[in-house]
Amino acid sequence: MSLLSVRGLRAGYGLVEVLFGIDLEVDEGELVVVLGSNGAGKTTTLRAVSGMIEAQGEILFDGQRMNGKRPDQFLAAGIAHVPQGRGTITDLTVEENLRIGAWTRKDGEVAADIDRWYETFPRLGERREQLAGSMSGGEQQMLAIARAFMSRPRLLLLDEPSLGLAPLVTAEVVDRLRSVTAETGAAVLLVEQNADLALGFAGRAYVLEAGTIALSGAAADLKGDEQVRRAYLGF
Amino acid sequence: MNNFLQVLVVGIGDGAVYAMLGLGLVVIYRSTGLLNFAQGELAMFSTFITWTIWEVGVPLPLAVLGGMVGGFLVGALLHQVAVRPLGDPHLRPLATVIVTIGLFLAVNGAAQLIWGTLDKDFPKLFGEGQITLGGVAIAWQKIGAVLVLALMVLGFWFLFQRTKIGLAMRAVASNSESSALVGVPVPRLLMLGWGLAAAVGTVAGVFTAPGLGLGSNLMQLTLIFGFAAITLGGFDSPLGAVVGGMVVGIMTSVLPQYLPIFSKMRLAPAFLLILLVLLFRPQGLFGRKQVERV
Repeated sequence: MSLLSVRGLRAGYGLVEVLFGIDLEVDEGELVVVLGSNGAGKTTTLRAVSGMIEAQGEILFDGQRMNGKRPDQFLAAGIAHVPQGRGTITDLTVEENLRIGAWTRKDGEVAADIDRWYETFPRLGERREQLAGSMSGGEQQMLAIARAFMSRPRLLLLDEPSLGLAPLVTAEVVDRLRSVTAETGAAVLLVEQNADLALGFAGRAYVLEAGTIALSGAAADLKGDEQVRRAYLGF
Repeated sequence: MNNFLQVLVVGIGDGAVYAMLGLGLVVIYRSTGLLNFAQGELAMFSTFITWTIWEVGVPLPLAVLGGMVGGFLVGALLHQVAVRPLGDPHLRPLATVIVTIGLFLAVNGAAQLIWGTLDKDFPKLFGEGQITLGGVAIAWQKIGAVLVLALMVLGFWFLFQRTKIGLAMRAVASNSESSALVGVPVPRLLMLGWGLAAAVGTVAGVFTAPGLGLGSNLMQLTLIFGFAAITLGGFDSPLGAVVGGMVVGIMTSVLPQYLPIFSKMRLAPAFLLILLVLLFRPQGLFGRKQVERV
């Protein structure tokens, strides 16, 4: 059974509907990407799957029905969300950002976890007392990922990590993310516009167009798909 | 010289009270990023609660604690019924600020309904005594105000810098959406902030009431001085509230001695100060300048 199973998801803002019934699955430890252009509904999909907005349809996580639950209940179930624009808590230091990421945890291993993230992202360790808002975009993206992992999620929702980052920096972030997921065993649902990057990272992909799933399949197959190449890869 | 020292001492005592009210404003600002115009009225209301408890025969220090608890409950309740329904204050700042102005009027009216419009005599927490040092008389009440202020600053420093709740309050102020995403119960923390601010305000009111008489307009001048204090010190800085409060207190006490025009216009120095700070150093002395990279 899938870790995350979404059936007929419909969501929007007020009278404006954005998602018109989408289905998607993420297995335990799987890396999945949702590709789509601006306005296709990528961010809305993630917001629905982390409980930030109301949605119709069915959201099953680990066999548990999540519809109507609060964001903190989604988090407690094991879904962490890195929002678009990284969601840096700018007035806190790097270390404080990580500590607040562990807000829901009651165990005594928070400090040890923070040290582990400093090892994974040495640049965060060098800047632990620095205000998070004064770091570069790439550093903030790494911090956002580490902060989300502080809740020890089983599924990470990641919203356009490449946004506003130089290609080399993006590549580094994605590289680190891959080793982190291998280490923690967490699954990732990534939404991206950068198809080349995303298809290289994920094992499976969905293509979202105007609020519906237009295509889905193995990332390698989609990379070779004429339609995807024309629309998202540009060659 | 003695005259100068005398007005200086009075100014420091007044400044301590402005700083207390400023601290309450800073607490709300640090959790919501907004100014709370009802802060002074909440302080006035909980000072009336203190007075009521004292009047039935409870010793004043205990009555003050009771007033703080009452103030906390009133502040938290007002947040729940009047502020929270608007949704996230970070997304609707104007609506929230307007509601605090509405609360200003409502709480003032409620106090008049409950306690009438005649000013009440309010006793001094530290008594009527004074000590004389080198010819300068220092009232115990003023010394007490400074000591209580120091305790409050220590308490807030500990809360914000050393506790998980304080960290969460700062996180909510900085980025409420990200805080919610890591599971921080944002509305509950905002409620806590309102309660704390009102509890702190109680103490400011208790120190203001003996001099002015306890009426529904008790804190209106003090609120202006409190605003001036945190403008100077920086809206997000507890230390700034203290330094700012002291400067404003000393200014309003010393200036009229030498420039008689200010004895008729007690508020003028405060407004002048707000204007100058906003023109030349908008983040205040200790406030954080907004530096953000994206």
